[in-house]
Amino acid sequence: MLLPTSTVGKKIMMAITGQVLAIFIFFHIAGNSTIFFHALNGYVVALYKLPLFVWGGRLVLFLAFVFHIWYGTVLKLENHAAKPEPYAKTRYLQATFAGRNQIWTGVIVAVFLIYHLLQFTFQVTNPAVAADTHPDALGRPDIFMMVAQSFRQIGISGVYVVSLAALGLHLLHGIQSSFQTWGMNNERTLPVIEKTGNVVSVLLFFWYCAIPVAIVLGLLKG
Amino acid sequence: MILDGKIPSGPLHEKWDKRLSEMKLVNPANKRKHRIIVIGTGLAGASAAASLGELGYTVDVFCFQDSPRRAHSISAQGGINAAKNYPNDGDSIERLFYDTIKGGDFRSREANVYRLAQLSANIIDQCVAQGVPFARDYAGYLTTRSFGGAQVSRTFYARGQTGQQLLLGAYGALSRQIRAGTVTLHPRTEMLDLVVIDGHAKGITVRDLVTGRIGSHAADAVCLCSGGYTNVFFLTTNSIMSGVTATYRAYKKGAYFANPCFTQIHPTCIPVTGEHQAKLTLMSESLRNDGRVWVPKIKGDKRPANDIPESERDYYLERKYPAFGNLAARDVTSRATKEVCDEGRGVGPGGRGVYLDLGGAIGRLGENTIRERYGNLFEMYERITDENAYKQPMRIYPAPHYAMGGLWVDYDLQSNLPGLFVLGEANFSDHGANRLGASALMQGLADGYFIIPYTIANYLANIEPGAVAPDAPEFQKSCEEVEAFTKGLFAVKGKKTAHEFHRELGKLMWNNVGMSRSEASLKEALKRIPEIRDEFWKNVTIPGSGRELNQELEKAGRVADFLEFAELLTRDALQRDESCGAHFRVEHQTADGEAMRDDKNFSYVSAWEYKGVDKEPELHKEPLVFEHAHLAVRSYK
Amino acid sequence: MNLTLYVWRQKNSKDKGRLVRYEAKNVSTDMSFLEMLDVVNEGLIVKGEDPIAFDSDCREGICGMCGQVVNGVPHGPRKKTTLCQLHMRHFKDNDTLYIEPFRAKAFPVIKDLIVDRGAFDKIIQSGGYVSVHTGGVPDGNTLLIPKHDADTAMDAAECIGCGACVAACPNGSAMLFTAAKVSHLAALPQGRVEAARRVCAMTEEMLAQGFGNCSNHYECEAVCPKGIKVKFIAKLNREFIKAQMPGNESCTGRG
Ligand SMILES: Cc1cc2nc3c(=O)[nH]c(=O)nc-3n(C[C@H](O)[C@H](O)[C@H](O)COP(=O)(O)OP(=O)(O)OC[C@H]3O[C@@H](n4cnc5c(N)ncnc54)[C@H](O)[C@@H]3O)c2cc1C
Ligand code: HEM
Ligand code: SF4
Ligand code: FES
Repeated sequence: MLLPTSTVGKKIMMAITGQVLAIFIFFHIAGNSTIFFHALNGYVVALYKLPLFVWGGRLVLFLAFVFHIWYGTVLKLENHAAKPEPYAKTRYLQATFAGRNQIWTGVIVAVFLIYHLLQFTFQVTNPAVAADTHPDALGRPDIFMMVAQSFRQIGISGVYVVSLAALGLHLLHGIQSSFQTWGMNNERTLPVIEKTGNVVSVLLFFWYCAIPVAIVLGLLKG
Repeated sequence: MILDGKIPSGPLHEKWDKRLSEMKLVNPANKRKHRIIVIGTGLAGASAAASLGELGYTVDVFCFQDSPRRAHSISAQGGINAAKNYPNDGDSIERLFYDTIKGGDFRSREANVYRLAQLSANIIDQCVAQGVPFARDYAGYLTTRSFGGAQVSRTFYARGQTGQQLLLGAYGALSRQIRAGTVTLHPRTEMLDLVVIDGHAKGITVRDLVTGRIGSHAADAVCLCSGGYTNVFFLTTNSIMSGVTATYRAYKKGAYFANPCFTQIHPTCIPVTGEHQAKLTLMSESLRNDGRVWVPKIKGDKRPANDIPESERDYYLERKYPAFGNLAARDVTSRATKEVCDEGRGVGPGGRGVYLDLGGAIGRLGENTIRERYGNLFEMYERITDENAYKQPMRIYPAPHYAMGGLWVDYDLQSNLPGLFVLGEANFSDHGANRLGASALMQGLADGYFIIPYTIANYLANIEPGAVAPDAPEFQKSCEEVEAFTKGLFAVKGKKTAHEFHRELGKLMWNNVGMSRSEASLKEALKRIPEIRDEFWKNVTIPGSGRELNQELEKAGRVADFLEFAELLTRDALQRDESCGAHFRVEHQTADGEAMRDDKNFSYVSAWEYKGVDKEPELHKEPLVFEHAHLAVRSYK
Repeated sequence: MNLTLYVWRQKNSKDKGRLVRYEAKNVSTDMSFLEMLDVVNEGLIVKGEDPIAFDSDCREGICGMCGQVVNGVPHGPRKKTTLCQLHMRHFKDNDTLYIEPFRAKAFPVIKDLIVDRGAFDKIIQSGGYVSVHTGGVPDGNTLLIPKHDADTAMDAAECIGCGACVAACPNGSAMLFTAAKVSHLAALPQGRVEAARRVCAMTEEMLAQGFGNCSNHYECEAVCPKGIKVKFIAKLNREFIKAQMPGNESCTGRG
């Protein structure tokens, strides 16, 4: 087995983990969209009634992240070493901004993720609005209040939009790239996959932004 | 001296088998102890080195490019012949043999040509097994096309890149042996001398083109597969590094140079555009299958091609050679083209060009079919000329292309120096006075895959491996000579570049020793060449030093050899007082301008022995005996 | 027309190297890019200066020997065209051209614009062939090959090994080159027998030679003078995945 060390093997690890994360990204926003129907708190409670699912999912995601970051870093370092001298004049014909900055959008996402976990999962950044210590009328942790109060601060929403832009860019390259890595491309499918990937990435970006933006604009009130 | 080609006795079709059964073998356990040097990684060199390595010999292979895959063979476009008779159109070994003998205007050795035809079918099989993607039909079978003056369809091809694909096949086989450790590769290394000890070839002296280091390699046998010398004409279809250096320096060490005046002019090249030009580009001959060649009927007609009505076009090949039409042999076509241009009916800048018109075929078969067949050629034409050949006819003109002459070898491909074998375009053996299209690739691979493995064993079986130590004084001396030659070049410190001398020599050769030759033009060339050479040695300039990568030094070395070799070529042309194949002496032509052979006096191979730079070389003859083929007047009418 | 050139000059592999300015005067539009450099060189030699060293041989786009980076693009601005086939009519009077060698760790500069591409040969040596002996092979027509497969093989086999793909790749990856060879042989029945071993050995060798990994930027495809498609990289990936399947114990590394 050459999988984990070979040049294609490493990329396949990136593609598997990246696709797992991307699938999570989709379900995450789908679930979070209950906020638009004032059902966020109920959704979270329902979710926590499935501890195996939650903890299993968390483990998979954690592993996916670890491997994704590990291999991403290894690849980047190897690639950097393989091209030690830059050209005096550089011109890209096909490589996109997103593709070339995959590592940096990835780093932004990672840093953001830590912040995001501290904020909403561990709830240590803004204790004043922590959901676990502020139950709603039904006695559930008031996730909605926590989110709404946080996003009402323009600065926090700004951080989210910027980070989500980074995620969007990451997926812009990542989705089509992962299909190519799996070898699921030929002349006919490549353009289709590229376009679909782009559309999905952009949609995800807007979908995610919809929550903080709606809150900032006052469209979503408790 | 009368040379002996060592042709086995017996009926023609049994000669090779007979020879095979007579030949000695080398004990498998001993093969490793025999060191063989192969110069060149073209079809001949790569196939030879791979096959010999596989047999277990210790092989060193040299080329001056950075990778074996870049040898000049890579540029062959059209295809490779084989007497497979797949299309059921009446081909046979006998017919391929006869076509090749006749194409060569009866100036090649019967037995060699017959063997070539016999081996041709094996080559295709070998290449298919290697994964060469030859063209196939919808049923999955190999397809062929007719090519270069043949009336049967026996040319196998891989789009317009047959040479590339065949070479990549051989390069793969070679790479496999390099990996296995039987073959050691020496890229960017140029052979500058042959080391001869007690009359046997025992090694070479080379210059490492990156470091400039000059050193020798000892061996038990040397295979020269260094390609042709056509670049003596400067503007040719050959790769720009192709030279005569390897064969010429072997000649200076005693190997005989045979038929140097037999050089082929290819009829369909893109015309010259200006002084700056470094080389000419071939438009594959296969275009003649669907294209018609014409010029305007009136002199100096300046109208664009499409405005000249059918009735005012002269399809001169169809007119002069009704049977073969646009497919007449290369030499015949080239001369007819020169003739109409000399009459002032040529087209394009300078009037040195004729139309190759695929308009009719596009009308008949549709642009798509033509695109499928020749798309890459049309693209290439467009890149160079900025003209769209789907809309207007191509312009073409003949250009020097191939060297039929080369070092003299016997039936075993061994030169007169024992231990020196010569393969591919570098030898003289199979194409006589004119080569048919798609037969050079065939010869290179036949030599390398299927002949040398046996014949070299026969030589090696008789000698003791490693008999000569690499520190023998002859190697030392050879290195000193090469060093002295290099020093001599740097010492001139003149004002003109090697390139300028090459261009000057090329012009002289093209005008005086090119498509048609006369006693007067040849004598003038014989006077001018030494003058140019003298000036070269007084006025060439080479910057830098020999202890580094120095492309000017490389070039100057090659030009220096051309400046001597050109004289040999011209002398041979003067000596051959007849017209045959591509060698056209204006004194010997029929009333309608066809070549007139003189079988009584010139049915021989001329093989020249070196006697010194400014001394006349000595001519040896190998009589050509035709036991099988009937000597006929070649007619394409 | 007249051009200003900034050309990378580097005496040898140890020298640091720098861009040097030259003027190319009266350049004819019928010249190829390399002929333009020939003329510049003639001028330098006559002045007693070291000419610009660059590789070329066939000058008709097939040997893969030539190659430089012109204004950031390997083989210059014209699609599917090698430098030797690029004509000056594609430039404008008074253009400024930056001319640099192909750059990648696996392609060390030897002198000026000449780089060492021996690593490509090493990749092929690791398995880029069918392991057939000379002689003893069956008739060419005993293996029927669907036209489509033969055409696909040929599409991939057209690679000239010039290295532009590596030069263009931000990662200095040789995936397009390697994929072309893997795909050529994998498309044919003769090549299938060793397909698993080949893809493993060649990709391992690629890494060992110091080439980078593929990030699917497709910059290679954009500059490839032979139009080799990145679908062949997908094909290589597929072949690699197939090679990992049980039963392919031959897949153990560098050939
Ligand atoms: C444009 C073009 C198209 C052609 N098309 C066809 C065709 O369709 N069909 C056909 O049959 N033939 C064709 N030919 C002819 C054919 O390609 C050649 O005759 C044939 O490939 C020669 O092969 P070779 O192995 O003898 O030598 P080459 O391929 O010329 O190889 C010579 C080798 O020797 C090496 N070498 C030379 N000198 C030295 C030295 N001093 N030191 C070290 N190494 C040295 C070189 O590096 C090179 O590797 C064509 C030729 C041209 C120019
Ligand atoms: C939710 C978060 C993330 C998702 C959904 C995601 C998704 C993806 C996908 C689908 C790919 C394409 C894989 C391929 O080319 O086959 C990819 C590539 C990559 N990711 Fe992520 N990723 C995420 C987070 C990160 C993080 C945190 C990093 C941090 C280092 C990162 C670094 C990279 C890099 C460097 C690549 C390119 C690898 C290469 O082609 O060389 N990603 N990502
Ligand atoms: S894939 Fe294209 S760019 Fe790369 S080496 Fe082959 S021909 Fe050159
Ligand atoms: S010189 Fe051969 S490809 Fe450019």
